[in-house]
Amino acid sequence: MLIWNLAEYVAWALSAVLGIHIVIDWLRTDSRYSEEQLTSSHEGQIEAMTEQHEL
Amino acid sequence: MSDTVSNTPGIAGEAESTAVQNGGLLRVLGPAHIWALGVGIVLVGEYMGWNFAVGKGGAYAALIACWFAGILYSCVAMLDSEVTSTVAAAGGQYTQAKHIIGPLMAFNVGLYLVFAYTMLEAANAITVGFLVETVAGMSGHEGLDPRPFIVLSIMFLAWLNYRGVLATLTFSLVITAIAFSAILILFLATSPVFGESPLRHVELMTDLPYGWLGVLAAMHFGLWYYLGIEGTCQAAEEVRSPARSLPFGTLAGVMTLAIAATLTWYVCVGLMPWEYLGQSGVPLFDAARLSGSTSLAVLLGIGTLFATLASANGCINDASRAWFAMGRDHYLPSWFGAVHPAYRTPYRSIIFLVPIALIFALGAPLDQVITFSILSGLLGYTFMPLNMMLFRRKWPLDSIKRGYEHPFHPIPAITLLCLCGITYFAVFLGYGTQLVAMIAFYIVVSLWFHFWRYRFVYRAAQFTMPWPKPKGY
Repeated sequence: MLIWNLAEYVAWALSAVLGIHIVIDWLRTDSRYSEEQLTSSHEGQIEAMTEQHEL
Repeated sequence: MSDTVSNTPGIAGEAESTAVQNGGLLRVLGPAHIWALGVGIVLVGEYMGWNFAVGKGGAYAALIACWFAGILYSCVAMLDSEVTSTVAAAGGQYTQAKHIIGPLMAFNVGLYLVFAYTMLEAANAITVGFLVETVAGMSGHEGLDPRPFIVLSIMFLAWLNYRGVLATLTFSLVITAIAFSAILILFLATSPVFGESPLRHVELMTDLPYGWLGVLAAMHFGLWYYLGIEGTCQAAEEVRSPARSLPFGTLAGVMTLAIAATLTWYVCVGLMPWEYLGQSGVPLFDAARLSGSTSLAVLLGIGTLFATLASANGCINDASRAWFAMGRDHYLPSWFGAVHPAYRTPYRSIIFLVPIALIFALGAPLDQVITFSILSGLLGYTFMPLNMMLFRRKWPLDSIKRGYEHPFHPIPAITLLCLCGITYFAVFLGYGTQLVAMIAFYIVVSLWFHFWRYRFVYRAAQFTMPWPKPKGY
């Protein structure tokens, strides 16, 4: 049926749009920020500030 | 609903840069999101997969497997809740292993997590394609190509995960709640409490067709009722109150699944003979069709699709956090440890895992993909009791503050270890070659990590918890 054939094309097209959107945003983000900024996350940052882990 | 920080086009300004420097993942989640993450990953196992346990040993064997697996996962939930509410960081069990056992165990656990979730994501995408193909077939269209729908499901969920964790897990919460409600509605609608019931347990129930060996073989598929609930730990760095939300969401999740699993078993074995149920592709949907109600069939069809999407969604979330955490600690290239400055998600890890999921979803058979997922999960469960025993020994209850303390230690840990042993034997009976291949793979990558990769790890920087020295050190 035509509607299912169309659905296949729409699914391919939407997948491509979403993929392109992700890749463009990824490249833009990587070019706008330094690697040091992007990888500045540290494990346990908030715990160190808010919890003393002492009874 | 927005979980982004302000962002303007152009080069990052000074204020932005400062925000980014302090910018890890965003703490925006509550207990309901944790419940949705855990139950969302698992609920698809109620819609399909668990019923192969019926094929292995009959209806009662599947019920025994359901409850044994329920005990196993209750132990998993209790152990995980205690450790994760204390080691509240992305990576979940990987981070626990790093702090409590050591780097080599942590590397392996991280890989178990990534493999288990990425394979499960691929399996879910294959299922989405199968469901769309089935609907097309029911409407009279044969020969539909499922590949565009497999690719679309992975791309859409990856895009959602890329854009922010709050929207991602709120989406999971809604579709998981609908899928769970559909099971409850099916149970109530077919129950004899509200009039004539189509259930025929008296006629359909049989003794154990393959005896107790069948029960043992059924254990492998009994895991499907709950497989993945431990994924709640991956959100530890993104919940507002880890000490409260993680135990609450995880334990509520395992209780929800025990209820859903028992109701699913009860309805399905009352509508289908075990020989058919044991081979059904979508048992709950088939049960709804056999109930004679079109609206129930539509509801359970939607429930199947939503459960599958929720599972794939949670898998992307969890696999990317584990990969991200390993990158951040330099266990993998630190490039993977980046956080998106606007969306505050581990965007490079999310992107990296997309092609891997696509390759497995488009190029590997479903049963092999799921078996590798289950085996990786099982290796992870075996680590948990050892982890808990060392955690209690090195940091006894009176030494550090815990968000949750599980009762009856060490009984849950020993029970979990014994049940894992039984399940290994059950898996070996059916999938011995895959089990050996998987273990050989982990031995090879462990050698690579020990002799090559570990030299890049900043050894002192990886231990971040402000705990006292472990007892005996």
